Amino acid sequence: MEPSLSGFLMIGAVLFVCGVVCMATKRNAIGVLMGVELVLNGANVNLVAFSEYTHLGIDGQIYSLFIIVLAAAEAAVALAIALNFYNNHLTIDVDRANKLKG
Amino acid sequence: MGTTLSTLLMIAWLLPLLGFFVEMVFGRRGDRKTTKWPAWMAVGCIATGFICSFSALMLWGNHTEWAVLESHEAHAEHGEHHDSDDAPEDHHNNHGHDDHKAHGDEKDHAANGDGTAGWQLTALDDGEAAADTHGEAEGEQHDSPQLVYHGNIYTLATFGDLVVSLDYYIDSLTLVMFTMVTLIATCIHLFAIGYMSDELTDEYVDHFAHTSDGKHVHRQGRFYRFFAFLSLFCFSMLGLVLAGNIFQVFVFWELVGICSFLLIGFYTERKSASNAANKAFIMNRVGDFGFLIGLMVVWTWFGTFQFNELFETIPRDAAGVVVTNDYGEVEVTAHNGDHKQIPYSLLVVAGLGVFAGCIGKSAQFPLQTWLPDAMEGPTPVSALVHSATMVAAGVYLTGRFYPMFVPEVLLVIAYIGAITLFVAATIAVVATDIKKVLAYSTISQLGYMMLGLGVFGWAAGLFHLITHAFFKSLMFLCSGSVIHGCHHEQEMTKMGGLRKKMPITAYTMLVGVIAIAGLSVPGVIAFSGYHSKDAIVATALAFIQANPAHFLLFLLPLLTAGITAFYMFRLWFFTFAGDPRDQHVYDHAHESPWIMTVPLLILTPFAAFCAAGGEGGNLFLLLIGSEPVHVADGVPAAAEGGLILPSHHAVHAVHGTAGTWALVAAIAGTLLAYVLYGTKTVNLDEMKRQMAVPHRFLTEKWYFDELYDALFMQPMHQVAAFMAWVDRTIIDNILHGAASLTVLVSKWDRFFDEKFIDGLVNLVGRWTFAAGSSLKVVQTGRLRNYVTFIVLGVVVLFGVLFVTFPN
Repeated sequence: MEPSLSGFLMIGAVLFVCGVVCMATKRNAIGVLMGVELVLNGANVNLVAFSEYTHLGIDGQIYSLFIIVLAAAEAAVALAIALNFYNNHLTIDVDRANKLKG
Repeated sequence: MGTTLSTLLMIAWLLPLLGFFVEMVFGRRGDRKTTKWPAWMAVGCIATGFICSFSALMLWGNHTEWAVLESHEAHAEHGEHHDSDDAPEDHHNNHGHDDHKAHGDEKDHAANGDGTAGWQLTALDDGEAAADTHGEAEGEQHDSPQLVYHGNIYTLATFGDLVVSLDYYIDSLTLVMFTMVTLIATCIHLFAIGYMSDELTDEYVDHFAHTSDGKHVHRQGRFYRFFAFLSLFCFSMLGLVLAGNIFQVFVFWELVGICSFLLIGFYTERKSASNAANKAFIMNRVGDFGFLIGLMVVWTWFGTFQFNELFETIPRDAAGVVVTNDYGEVEVTAHNGDHKQIPYSLLVVAGLGVFAGCIGKSAQFPLQTWLPDAMEGPTPVSALVHSATMVAAGVYLTGRFYPMFVPEVLLVIAYIGAITLFVAATIAVVATDIKKVLAYSTISQLGYMMLGLGVFGWAAGLFHLITHAFFKSLMFLCSGSVIHGCHHEQEMTKMGGLRKKMPITAYTMLVGVIAIAGLSVPGVIAFSGYHSKDAIVATALAFIQANPAHFLLFLLPLLTAGITAFYMFRLWFFTFAGDPRDQHVYDHAHESPWIMTVPLLILTPFAAFCAAGGEGGNLFLLLIGSEPVHVADGVPAAAEGGLILPSHHAVHAVHGTAGTWALVAAIAGTLLAYVLYGTKTVNLDEMKRQMAVPHRFLTEKWYFDELYDALFMQPMHQVAAFMAWVDRTIIDNILHGAASLTVLVSKWDRFFDEKFIDGLVNLVGRWTFAAGSSLKVVQTGRLRNYVTFIVLGVVVLFGVLFVTFPN
């Protein structure tokens, strides 16, 4: 069966929803980061699929490359935050990190 | 020649100004307790001034080869020089003839209504007298050397035609005045070094001034300042005498006024002194108002202030009478070439205006009341004010401005003088303050001068000014010496017998008293006052012979001659003769130091003999050499009214008679004073009781102060009280009403501000705050919530998108 655009979109959507649910439910900061990665990669799948199946062309792939680099940078920064947070609070429970509430 | 003279006089004039500045700026240098250099500087300035003035006089005399003295000596000896073919007796005969003629002319004049025609008749009938005067006037202009020098020193400003400049006008009157002023001022300066020496201290205690808690005022000594003011005073007076235009005179006139203000109020802590200074200044302002009106008339109609131009402008005929045309106007050609007809009345206004200034300055009736109060100043100031400066300025100006005075004005001057001399003399009779007696005597003598000028005795009036300056300054310095010796006791009732304690003062004073009283042994010895008063009385007699209606102008001065002798000898007997009335004062009295007695000794010979020779003497001849206006015998001088002015011949004719009368009056006054005060035969207290009413009338100074109080002060106070009432009730209430209205409006405004404007602003704030508070709950700070919100938000957005755009 010839893979179709909808299939890719379905996979991207599943990945995205998995990532969002992961972000919304995980209390562990690492888990949240994982969720983020899932969301980003869901988006990457979409972009690549669109570059293949639509007139978007190479642009979508370049976008996804950018996003991969961005995700790497983001992961590095986020991990550093998590590390510091742990240093200060001896936990990485994001529910405890509520000092910024209004 | 003119340059030399003006340079010399300008040095004499400006040196005191220099002295003033140096003394004022550097006067504080040196030890206040001992430094006398400001005084010696002032003396040096004025003494140099005297040397310059005297040299100028001598130069002028030598240049003119003393032509003045010779021509008039001849004239004084009944005109032999001019009318050598006439024997003196003929002149006397002529004279009687002239007097008859005069009355005839008056009628002629009345009939014709034309002064010129009246004169022509006289000139034809009596050409001799007219020609004599005419020849004299001509002679001065052509034959003999120049007698008058005038010129410009510096032009201050030019406004169109109006030129404001410093000029000089030098004739023998100027020179004599300069010499007299500087000589007397030098003596007074010297005297003041001694008199004011108690000011040489850091801690001067003024026993006549009290602070609010009843103690004596303590202040720093003001020695240097006194001499600075004296210098400024001399500068002002000399500038006034030198002035070549009437405006310049006015400027220095005011300077003299301010100097007198400063010096009369020298003891400024004393209420009486500062009041007296104000009084002197304000009374003078009243007169100066008239002066300004006169100046305006002169400027408007003649277009110049220069003396020489003014004097040349007034047309006179050969007999010295102002010419009028058929309409009673005076036709003049102004300096800028305009030909004008000046209404005669305007000349009267100008003359009266300028004379009003002289009334104020010379303390004449009705502005005489400031002068006795001016005795609050230190005695050297009184001496200076009463002889050489200030009051002399008024008489001097009357003499200087003489050609502009028409006969009607002269008559006013004469009457003012007559009233003044009589009123002041009567007050002097009862005064007991030694300086007040002299003050009233000054007013009285100034009245004589004005009377002399007014009855056409130009030289007689100014002659008396000079002689009076000498003996009055002498007497004031003597009184200063007495006051100094008696430790500032001025009441004569506490003195007596002082001649043993202070012989120099007593006998120099006696010379002054004899001089002012006009006593003499005819043909043997006569002091200056005798000569000058005779000249005035003789002129007055000649005047009333020509104008019998004005007999008071002779009677009053004659009577007053007696009163003068009486009160002056009363003063002398009171102070120096008899027994001491107050032993305490007597015991502490002492003769003054040499620096105060030397000026007395210098002045004494001048007081006695400056007029030596009388009307044949040098002083009188010098003065009469500058007489600006001559009249012929028996000519009606006024265009209206037919006043007849006496000529020199007329005066000479009656001189003997008048002199005898005056001498008799003076001797009578002296004897009366001797009987009352020199012997102990009369009980003075008893007499005072019997004469209580007139005595009170005189001690209250004829109630002049009360009269002015009632006439001017009380209405002024009433108006002021009314205005105060208006102010307090009406104006204040309007203001208060406006104020409360404003407060009301403000209150309402405040209410509006607080409730509405502020409420609106607060409401917006509260709303914003509430919005913030309600929104802040969303900010949970929980990451998971935020993600949930994002997801929900995206879902909702998608939902909206799909609902809105189904395709």
